[in-house]
Amino acid sequence: MRYNRPGLDIASHALLIVGCALFFLPVWIAFSASTHEMGDLYSNVAPVWIGEAGLDNYRQLLADPVSSLGADVMTLLFNSMLMALGIAIGKIIISVLAAYAIVFFEFRFRKLCFWLIFITLMLPVEVRILPTFKVVADLNMLDSYAGLILPLIASATATFLLRQFYLTIPAELVEAARIDGAGPWRFLKDILLPLSKTNIAALFVIMFIYGWNQYLWPLLITTDADYLTIVVSLKRMLTTGDGLVPWQDVTATTLLAMGPPVLVILFMQRYFIKGLVDSEK
Amino acid sequence: MAHFNRHPITPWILLAPQLLIVAVFFFWPAYQAIEQAFYVEDAFGLSREFTGLSNFVSVLSEPEYLTTLWTTTYFSFAVAFGAMALALGLAVLADRVLRGAHAYKTLLIWPYAVAPAVAGVLWLFLFDPTLGILPELLSAIGIDWNHKLNGDQAMLLVVLASIWKQMSYNFVFFLAGLQAIPKSLLEAAAMDRAGPWRRFWTITFPLLSPTSFFLLVMNVVYAFFETFGTIDATTQGGPAGSTRTLVYKVYEDGFVGQDLGSSAAQSVLLMVIVGVLTLIQFKYVEKKVQY
Repeated sequence: MRYNRPGLDIASHALLIVGCALFFLPVWIAFSASTHEMGDLYSNVAPVWIGEAGLDNYRQLLADPVSSLGADVMTLLFNSMLMALGIAIGKIIISVLAAYAIVFFEFRFRKLCFWLIFITLMLPVEVRILPTFKVVADLNMLDSYAGLILPLIASATATFLLRQFYLTIPAELVEAARIDGAGPWRFLKDILLPLSKTNIAALFVIMFIYGWNQYLWPLLITTDADYLTIVVSLKRMLTTGDGLVPWQDVTATTLLAMGPPVLVILFMQRYFIKGLVDSEK
Repeated sequence: MAHFNRHPITPWILLAPQLLIVAVFFFWPAYQAIEQAFYVEDAFGLSREFTGLSNFVSVLSEPEYLTTLWTTTYFSFAVAFGAMALALGLAVLADRVLRGAHAYKTLLIWPYAVAPAVAGVLWLFLFDPTLGILPELLSAIGIDWNHKLNGDQAMLLVVLASIWKQMSYNFVFFLAGLQAIPKSLLEAAAMDRAGPWRRFWTITFPLLSPTSFFLLVMNVVYAFFETFGTIDATTQGGPAGSTRTLVYKVYEDGFVGQDLGSSAAQSVLLMVIVGVLTLIQFKYVEKKVQY
């Protein structure tokens, strides 16, 4: 049969394995470097195998304050987690409510509200960064969790997605609920939310990763080490002036910084793919 | 759609949180960005003067801005092309093999979760002039690597880090696109003695064009905005501005240089660029580009 070519299959597998390995290579090199002591590391080119120090660097980073940061890495992980969860959960809550109002209610200025919300899809935070900084400064929210979270919730991706889903819900369902005497809050709680479970999970994965990986915004509004996030801390660790870069610490922190979002993707892969594909429709 | 009609207040309660946040953190700053772009502020920020389009004129006539525009365009297309070609190649392979396709997918999608800044640091270490493995390999073939001095090498570093991170996004979409192509078409072509190469270019590739076009826009948007972290963590736009993108320049001029009028005018120009990209996407992706 011309269509199936076993030779090509083997070649495909070989290329795919090489591809996967090459994508993993930067992470492996970083990991082996993170298991060496600094003196060891600088005696040669970066090692390709695990060193004597094992996980000592990680233990030290998590427990003791890092001098270039003024905080230990555990605090950074905590801040990142709080920001990512705040953004994901905050966005989901306001979007569930707003999309519900827009799809299931008849009221004046409905169209206007729709457009006011959806125009925010046009401008990423990077574009309006300076004036947003000013607003947050005026509200006294620099160096605070609210300042880290709220401005990043102001976009309509999640609202748009939920609206698309709500529109597919049959009118009979609303009708039936009304006949049975269920008010709007009851309908939301007992019917709509249970139906949206998969969509909300998919949104959560996408928004968590989005929140965890923020860089420019936390970089600008946090000067206090207590609010530093782990992604932003990397550049500070790299900035050593004339001294040698403590690469064993930087690589360890890098791996800790990518751990949580990568785990979320791997464990919630099905929802991740759904969220990714849905959010671009 | 049936509606709840007799609840005039409820929708406003439901909408209030979103409208409030959007008003305070989106419309107010966006309005200020646009307003600021038409004013010049004095050195102390005490008074300002309406100057019409002069901020835009001075930005656009600044040779540095045009260089940055060119760098950004060049960078974006390098990233988009690299990340898409690589993803398409891998997706075609993963779509071919029946066994293990799911495992390959898992092994290839995780870089999506890595922050752009983190991706930058991983590659910075690979290319570190003292410790990096790649400079060591390159010196064996006579290439002297130092991205702190050589602009082209710095550009290559940020392009590679950005491609590495973006590939998995494209891979997910290409694989979904490939799996949606009816196998009967490919089998018919095979019976007509078209080889795999020919089948790819005459059937698969044209049928993927909506996906490819959509991804091109998304990749350019990614390269414009999200790579800020990659650049700031690795080259800080240097050496000598060789990796400075438009977003990086807005940040430098506004926060480091404190030239608010110019920075705001640049933001407005960026808004126009994003607006145009979004329009292109709406217009063509909706129509499903296809041959």
